[in-house]
Amino acid sequence: MKLAAAVIATLAPLALCVVGVAEAAPPEQCELPPSSLAGDADLGHVLNSVKTAHRIAITVIGSGSSGLTGPDGAHSAYPARLEDVLKAQLRGADVKVTAHVQSKETTAAMVAGLDKVLADDKPVLVIWQAGTVDALDGVEPDEFRDSLNEGVDKIQAAGADLILMNMQYSPRTESMFNVSTYADVMRAIAEQHGALLFDRLAIMRYWNDAGVFDLYAATKKYDMARRVHNCIGWALASQIINAAHLDATRTQTTE
Amino acid sequence: MDAIVKPLRGTLILRPAPMAAALPAPSERDLRLDLFRGVALWLIFLDHIPQNIVNWFTIRNYGFSDATEIFIFISGYTAAFVYGRAMRERGIIIASARVLRRAWQIYVAHIFLFTIFMAEIAYVAATFENPLYAEEMNILNFLKQPDVTIFQALLLKFKPVNMDVLPLYIVLLLLFPPMLWLLLRQPALALAGSALVYVLAWNFDWNLPAYPNGVWFFNPFAWQLLFVFGAWCALGGAQRLAGVLRSRIVLGIAVAYLLFAFAITLTWYVEPLARFVPGWLSAWMYPIDKTNLDVLRFAHFLALAAVTVRFVPRDWPALRSPYLAPAIRCGQHSLEIFCLGVFLAFAGQFIISEWSGGPLIQVVISLIGILIMIATANLISWYKRMEGRGATKPVKPPDADLAGGDA
Repeated sequence: MKLAAAVIATLAPLALCVVGVAEAAPPEQCELPPSSLAGDADLGHVLNSVKTAHRIAITVIGSGSSGLTGPDGAHSAYPARLEDVLKAQLRGADVKVTAHVQSKETTAAMVAGLDKVLADDKPVLVIWQAGTVDALDGVEPDEFRDSLNEGVDKIQAAGADLILMNMQYSPRTESMFNVSTYADVMRAIAEQHGALLFDRLAIMRYWNDAGVFDLYAATKKYDMARRVHNCIGWALASQIINAAHLDATRTQTTE
Repeated sequence: MDAIVKPLRGTLILRPAPMAAALPAPSERDLRLDLFRGVALWLIFLDHIPQNIVNWFTIRNYGFSDATEIFIFISGYTAAFVYGRAMRERGIIIASARVLRRAWQIYVAHIFLFTIFMAEIAYVAATFENPLYAEEMNILNFLKQPDVTIFQALLLKFKPVNMDVLPLYIVLLLLFPPMLWLLLRQPALALAGSALVYVLAWNFDWNLPAYPNGVWFFNPFAWQLLFVFGAWCALGGAQRLAGVLRSRIVLGIAVAYLLFAFAITLTWYVEPLARFVPGWLSAWMYPIDKTNLDVLRFAHFLALAAVTVRFVPRDWPALRSPYLAPAIRCGQHSLEIFCLGVFLAFAGQFIISEWSGGPLIQVVISLIGILIMIATANLISWYKRMEGRGATKPVKPPDADLAGGDA
């Protein structure tokens, strides 16, 4: 059984390479709630960069929940998973995902370091995961909003597209701190600035309710955490490909 | 002293009320207040269980304001009704003493709830571990310094989620005696002063500090407006507004605004509809701030109240029907039932999460919770009847039942 799984795991990417279209079917365990990746915003800079330079430079800025600890944590966390999926799906394009993950960092602290990150990475897309630490620390929602606004302005002024990612759904701690206020702020800001929202909160809640993942389970093991990050990476890649209209481009670059 | 009531001159007031109407006749209790407060308590209970399918029936999904507005308004109304009479009949000292005793009872209730919350946190800290939630588990850090945390909780600065209403209520009651004194003499001035504090709080970002940082979730400087407005209504304001409330134009505006709020709320839940909200409107409208009682929320409550008062008259026969009695009973023992609701929400959420309850379990738990609230309200009524009957002489103030249990 294990052997078979290993063989399939090894061969699956190979099969994709042979086929070349790289139409990655969603991993079975990553079923998403309907229209969860929808959004009005287009990722114009991403499309442009793929068309003209055949490359995508993505920067992920986030707090602890954008990373994983433990053996091989960095490679199991969603930024690395995203990079792998995009590389597989956009063959011929140079995909690079740089993660700036700092646990316990509030949004205000992230904004303080933003100029340097933007100058160093020169991303065409920033995925900004925020809100968890602010909710934990009880940062004033107004302050949180101001920090987000400032950061979004900086990112858009730097000529990058933006996906805002909200917090994880955490059923065990749900009654202990208030995430919904901060999630509402993020939704409103994404709308006002024409940025995309990756609604991690809703997606993970759906996973828990639908029994895709038992997010209530207590465990010291990393299995489920890795699978969750894998799915988030895949879902992000799908959102990027949809919103940048890369489906059309993909065939061109691979031809 | 009752004679110095001046009619408020303003656009809202169509005709000055006669002097006698400025203070309510010591008539019997308005059961509508108990009914809607009872319903509000049920809704607060339901809203406090996250991921509960029954939540879809609570009013916060259909407009800007929610059960908190109803609760605070009616609390202001009943506080003025009960303690206003006490202040007129027995003087400022006695009335103030009773208000402060009430604030103390609420404080004790709040600390009791906090203890339950601590038990839950400690349980989770001891049993739950998952690398996926390494960051979220930082919420448990305060267990590492219980000295600070418990002290901050006693100071009402540390308030776990969903435990913000009682501290607000405590502060509102602490400041109520002078406000009541003024309301009895210069109601218009008192209401104007309250509105001024509200405006100043918005302009200068007044709020009370919270622990570990931030500010109170329900800003007392803002929410006092609703409480004082409720008190003002109880002390004759309602009669003064009667003319306004009878106007068809006002009804039309209220209904139109409720429909508008409903349409906007719909766009929060049905994502594709959001594109129909013009940019200038969302730029002007958002954020709709609950902490500072956004004007849009306040207006939504007023519209809701205007429509309700019109279609549910004071002598509505159904108020005497056995079907509404459970809600009325709950509304009559609001402090106990509120605390019970917070506890039941903790417990209900625990059960739903622990056994990953589907929609059916959620409905069952919601129903059981409300049934427990009703049963407890009946039990409290029984206690009070029993104790009342046992008393040898009617020394108790005429409204002790109302004052002690309800303001």
